[in-house]
Formats: sequence, C-alpha cells, structure tokens
Amino acid sequence: MGLRTPLYDNHVKMGAKMVDFGGWDMPLHYGSQIEEHRKVRADCGMFDVSHMNVVDLKGAGVRDFLKLLLANNVDKLKTQGRALYSCLLNTKGGVIDDLIVYFMDAQWFRIVANAATREKDMAWIGTAAREFGEVKVVQRDDLAMIAVQGPNAKEKVYRALGEQLRGLAGEIKPFHSVTVGALHVATTGYTGEDGFEIVLPATAAAFTWQMLHEAGVPPCGLGARDTLRLEAGMNLYGADMDETTTPLETGLAWTVALEPADRKFIGREALEKQNAAGVPRQLVGLVLEDKGVLRNHQKVTCDGAGEGEITSGTFSPTLDMSIALARVPAAVGIGERCTVDLRGRPASVRVVKYPFVRNGKSCFG
Amino acid sequence: MNTIPKDLRYTKSHEWVKQNPDGTVTVGITHHAQDLMGDMVYVDLPQAGAQVAAGKECGVVESVKAASDIYAPVSGEIAEANAALAAAPETVNKDPYGAGWMFRLKPANKAELDGLLDAKAYEALVASEKH
Repeated sequence: MGLRTPLYDNHVKMGAKMVDFGGWDMPLHYGSQIEEHRKVRADCGMFDVSHMNVVDLKGAGVRDFLKLLLANNVDKLKTQGRALYSCLLNTKGGVIDDLIVYFMDAQWFRIVANAATREKDMAWIGTAAREFGEVKVVQRDDLAMIAVQGPNAKEKVYRALGEQLRGLAGEIKPFHSVTVGALHVATTGYTGEDGFEIVLPATAAAFTWQMLHEAGVPPCGLGARDTLRLEAGMNLYGADMDETTTPLETGLAWTVALEPADRKFIGREALEKQNAAGVPRQLVGLVLEDKGVLRNHQKVTCDGAGEGEITSGTFSPTLDMSIALARVPAAVGIGERCTVDLRGRPASVRVVKYPFVRNGKSCFG
Repeated sequence: MNTIPKDLRYTKSHEWVKQNPDGTVTVGITHHAQDLMGDMVYVDLPQAGAQVAAGKECGVVESVKAASDIYAPVSGEIAEANAALAAAPETVNKDPYGAGWMFRLKPANKAELDGLLDAKAYEALVASEKH
C-alpha cells in the first residue's frame, strides 16, 4: 500500500482506477482519461494534487535565503500573494526540482514542489537552510490541495465554496494568490486553462471535494493532468528534465534570473559557463505526421544536426494527433522535419514551437 | 457485467477468439486488456489476405498510456479487418467483445484452436496477474 491523500476514499468511491505515482496511491482516471481531458478544455475539472509537497519557509532571513536557493528571483514578488515559478538547482546547474513559490508575508514564503522528489528536496533545502540560518522549514503535511481548471472552473468554485470568493479571488491576476479563511487560493495551474489551485486543511478536503462535485465539477485523474500539461507545453519533472539537465536546455531560460548580476544563487556559475560556451541542446515540440503515437525515450534523428530523444510523447485529445516534447541539438530549427524511430518504423515529425494548446485552442496551423 | 464471456476462447496475451459458422474465427482483445491499457487512440490491423503465424504479432493497439502488440491466436489468412476502428478506436474500450473486434481469420489448422484457453482458464490467468 502506498501513501494516501485525504481524498483517497473519495477517489475509490467515485470509481477511480488507482495507480502508484512516486509512492502515492493516486487516481489515473475515473473511467476515461480522454473524456476528462476534454471536459477541462471545454468546461472544467478537478484534480487531487495533495501529494505535492507544500513547504512553508519562515523567518527574518527568508527572502534572502530564497534569493540564494532559487534560480528565479523572489525579488520579483513585490505584492503579498504573488507567485513565481522557479527551478531548484544543484551547483552544476542541474534541476533538482521545479516549484512554485508564493509570497505570503514579509517573513513567510510557501513552496509547492513535486511529490516524487520530496525526500531529496527536503534534504537539500534543509541543509541549505541550516547553513544560511534564520530560516525555519516547515513541511505542511496537514494541508491538502485541489486544482480546479477549465474555462468554467472559477464560476463553479464560487457556486461550490461561496460567492464571497468571487470578490476576493475573482479579481486576482494569473500567478497570484489570496488567503480566504483557511483557504489559500491561487491562480496557478498545470493545464493551460483558467482556474484555481486551492490549498486547504487536510481535514476539509473530502467535504470540499464533495461540494465541488455537487456544483458540477467532474473529477479528473493524473492521466488527463499529463496530457493537458503536455498540450500546454509544460515540463514534467523526471521526464522532460532532471539533475542531468540545466534549465537552459529545457526551455526554462525565462525562469532563470541572471539579472541583477550580483545576486549569487546556487547553480549560477554553471549556467553562466554554459551560456558562454553555447547551450548544446534545446527542448522543442514535435507533431507526428505519420500514423501512430510518439512515446517517451524514442530516438529523434535530425539530418545534419544529430540525434535527440523524446522526453514526453502522447496522443493529444484536443488536436487529435500525436505530439511530443523532445530534447534535440541546438542547431535544429522550428519547421524542420526529423525522423522518429516508432517501434522500429521510421516516422516523420515536424519540429514546432510549444505550447500546442492554450485556453482550449490550437497554437499552430 | 460479464467481462469474460463463456463461449469464447482466449490467449495468454489477452486476445479473445470466436468461432464462426463459416469456419473463420473473429479476434479481438479482452475487456481486461482494454481496461489495463486505458483509452485507445490508434489501432493498426493486418490487411485482408495477409498470412499470420500463431503467437506472432500481427497488429498494434495504442492507448494514451502505451502501445501493445496484437498476436495472432492461430496461424492462417486474414479474411477481414475491422475498418471502423481506424476512425473510432474507442470502440475497443466500449465494446471489446462486439463492435470492437479486430479481424476475422481463416485458420490454417483447426487443431490449433484446441490449444487456446477456455473462459475458466483465462479467468484464472487474469486473477493470477492481479496478485
């Protein structure tokens, strides 16, 4: 038996197919992954993301600590509630994890990081915090997290959890958050759609899930979450990047704040070196022009530029074709054609910019 | 819902086989197989006239999650493939023993059919895989 979120019984009751995900028993789907995917694009859906690692960092030195710890710069967070996406890097510039950091107040920042990386993240952050001093690291296993995503997500959240949320959370811009009673409501997500991610007490999770369901929000599993994020062109830790990848090689250069030049952060030296020498690899989108489905780890051959590998491949329910993210040599250009080894059969793919889908619509012709 | 019909024969690789009055057999994948794979998105079937060998792969089904070969339960010649699956692969999930059939096959040697599992033996196989 794996670890269980406070919503485990709700999933089983709703007929979920449960699978192991990084040591957690999580719902893969509740009948049809593709139907769940389509509901999020056209209407809305909810995901149990309570397996994710919520960590509160507190103390007088917390802002300075995060400026050292994270590749993105928390000084971009000027107003309370603001959120920032960042990589956590090792000294070689390799990605230990990717996370979202929320500015709660002057002496309190909240991190939401991945589930499967929990142990190594806590070891890394714990060691860094002890060396730095003046920062307390508190793992919030007493909290749960529900993501409600889709064009109608916010309306249904107001219907389920109360109209007062409309005034308090309805006006906040993307990548912000607000605390409403025991709820921490953020306009973040992993689907490329509008919606909320709601951090709440674990004891309130089952009831809240039920209220959302009664307001017409269907449950969605990790299967749909994966195809939605891939269409949205978002990296998945452990698939698209890991400690052998720098952010510059995986389309995340925009999340690395090299300015101001005097901010020392872990991994900075390695990234500057790589920038100076030239980044050898890049993350691109692929669309399959032949029949079949692109899969993780398939080899990509690009004439004249060398070889690469698919890091995430799937069937896109929105585009009704197979799409992938792939790491290929830097010389490969958008619009070029490459060949993928599809189970022993060579298949033609077109190199495209990602995201593939944003707000329900295809991003390319 | 009966997920293992009594009147069919089965393979260890989760195909079902139905004997037709005209001497051909119809082949598909079981409820258990489609349930393991999840939503089907692509089906590649052998063409009519193709010769297939017992236990050898002769097609592919792909779900959102994974690709899986389809194996010929017995040797013979493909009489007809289910052309409707190309446009509607989800039929395999919705009706694996009916509209989701894959192909019809003229067996080269009817004795090979006796080597297939009956419903009871297949049920035991599925149960053993769950543990």
